[in-house]
Amino acid sequence: MTGNTLLSVEDVVVDLPTPRGNLRAVDHVDLTVGAGQTLGVVGESGCGKTMLSRAILQLVPKKAKLSGRVMFDGQDLLQLSPEKLRKLRGRSLAVVFQDPMTSLNPVLTIGTQLIETLQEHLELNDATATRRSIELLAAVGIPAPEQRLAQYPHQLSGGMRQRVAIAIALSCEPKLLIADEPTTALDVTIQAQILDLLAREQRRRHMAMILITHDLGVVAGRTDEVAVMYAGRVVERAPTPALFKKMRMPYTEALLAALPKLDAAPHTPLPAISGRPPDPTRPLQGCSFSPRCRYAMSRCQREKPALEAAETSAHQFACFHPIETHADANV
Amino acid sequence: MMLQSAPSISPDALLDVDNLVVEYPVGAKIVHAVSGVSLQIARGETLGLVGESGCGKSTLGRAVLQLRRPTSGRVSFDGQDLTAMHGDALRQMRRRVQLIFQDPIASLNPRRRIGDIVAEPLVIAGVKDPEKRERLVHEVLTAVGLDPTLVVGRLPHEFSGGQCQRICIARALILNPEFIVCDEPVSALDVSIRAQILNLLEEMKGRFGLTLLFIAHDLAVVKAVSDRVAVMYLGRLCEVGPSEQLFARPAHPYTALLIEAIPVPDPDVRPTETVPVGEPPSPIAPPSGCRFRTRCPRADQRCSDEVPELRAVAPGQFVACHHPLI
Repeated sequence: MTGNTLLSVEDVVVDLPTPRGNLRAVDHVDLTVGAGQTLGVVGESGCGKTMLSRAILQLVPKKAKLSGRVMFDGQDLLQLSPEKLRKLRGRSLAVVFQDPMTSLNPVLTIGTQLIETLQEHLELNDATATRRSIELLAAVGIPAPEQRLAQYPHQLSGGMRQRVAIAIALSCEPKLLIADEPTTALDVTIQAQILDLLAREQRRRHMAMILITHDLGVVAGRTDEVAVMYAGRVVERAPTPALFKKMRMPYTEALLAALPKLDAAPHTPLPAISGRPPDPTRPLQGCSFSPRCRYAMSRCQREKPALEAAETSAHQFACFHPIETHADANV
Repeated sequence: MMLQSAPSISPDALLDVDNLVVEYPVGAKIVHAVSGVSLQIARGETLGLVGESGCGKSTLGRAVLQLRRPTSGRVSFDGQDLTAMHGDALRQMRRRVQLIFQDPIASLNPRRRIGDIVAEPLVIAGVKDPEKRERLVHEVLTAVGLDPTLVVGRLPHEFSGGQCQRICIARALILNPEFIVCDEPVSALDVSIRAQILNLLEEMKGRFGLTLLFIAHDLAVVKAVSDRVAVMYLGRLCEVGPSEQLFARPAHPYTALLIEAIPVPDPDVRPTETVPVGEPPSPIAPPSGCRFRTRCPRADQRCSDEVPELRAVAPGQFVACHHPLI
């Protein structure tokens, strides 16, 4: 992915002060996304995946301490002035959140919100902005787009609201779209439609995407690369086929095994992961997953494994006792 | 006026729901939440109930327990008509049935200690001996995998979602019920915790000889625990059948759509570009005839004229469709 790297996240750390002490939400994360590529970020609640996306967007809470480098399209976002950042966000760097009600303004019509975004960034006149808004709503599959412009978010269903949020995110032809659990609040038949929509628009616009989700099923067929996060760190990162077939990190293996499978017989006991993630205000000395890991040895409790390359530099994992793979197996 | 005939009336049905209707007013309009649902659950069986938000599955679960009184229809539990019961008789009966909710943290009173929360059903049931209550609380907390000595004196906020769900399960089990309605019990939990709770429910079912109505929107989760599955759409049952059979050969186009929409955790399974099937209509004004027809690729004139009734398509498998897939 060298040559046309669009985003590179380098050694990013996010610390949040809490009454219980410092909470390290993101712990030395490195990631890259190439132009037009899709990166899936997978992890459970509290693993830092949302805070990582906030760090990229420079939208961390005021009290948070952020360090590292976020290079986007040749600029270090951490060094940009608030003015320049605001111009960038919504223009070439867009975001879709889990709950469309939090990103849409409840007291403004759909039309006002779309037209405002277009005019803010692209300096279009009213007629052009209105025409573009109607085109965008039609592109994201909203029936009767002309009439929707006058409607308020509460008059639409959850799926339709998410389509509007996507239309706003796509409105200025961003180079990178960050989709943070974009379908978690939606029903399964609507989820499939929204994911299809994102994939279609991404191809059409040659846009890069970071798809953040807790659902390994969502990233499997829809990403080029996947990063698995646990307790604030990336613990495994690989091209999607390699992650599913030649995973090295025991957490990735356990997470996949714990999913109920459609092809398993009813009443098959699930290989559950015992225990729960560590308290982020009480970091462990060793590997964060070691208390729940069936391969853990004494070294895992003492030392933190670094993220290191597997057979190829594209596949990295952080584990002292990785799952053995057959070196000759082709992916 | 039977809208849907009762499939597979078995002699050992612990629960028999007959033509249940639940409607409630919203302003001047009426929400048709459950419209003539009939189903049976045999003793020791787990019936999975799936459907998307707003399909009436939770309302059905509540109406079964008489937490919301049905508009019409009958619910028989162990041969007794719950819909005809009131006051003390209903309260007595309620000891034998329990409910587990989706949000385990919200289901626990934040100001009460875990020991008191779990003992509450015993207090209500009139177990006056505090030592006996304490012994039972310890037993049931141990059964759900918690250490009673560490847990009883603490408050709900000190526990994670998974642990709170264990506490809710303990509270549901303490009166030794026969039947539990589990309403999305794992939807709010992370994958690694979800598997623990599903395994726990299965273990408790065996140990306490429970019968379960397991309500969820996630088909894979439902399949993991259910003997039979009922698929609900906009207040009506579309299909009922043995889990394996239903997933292998769905007869209703809606069941097939639901199965197809599940993201598969395998990079070789490329997601098929789904047919743009749109969104479910409002339960305030459900479509005439088959309620799924507005999103169904097979729908024709008959589907808008005539309500399809549940009928057998394979052994134990019933479908309400004029143009079934099998």
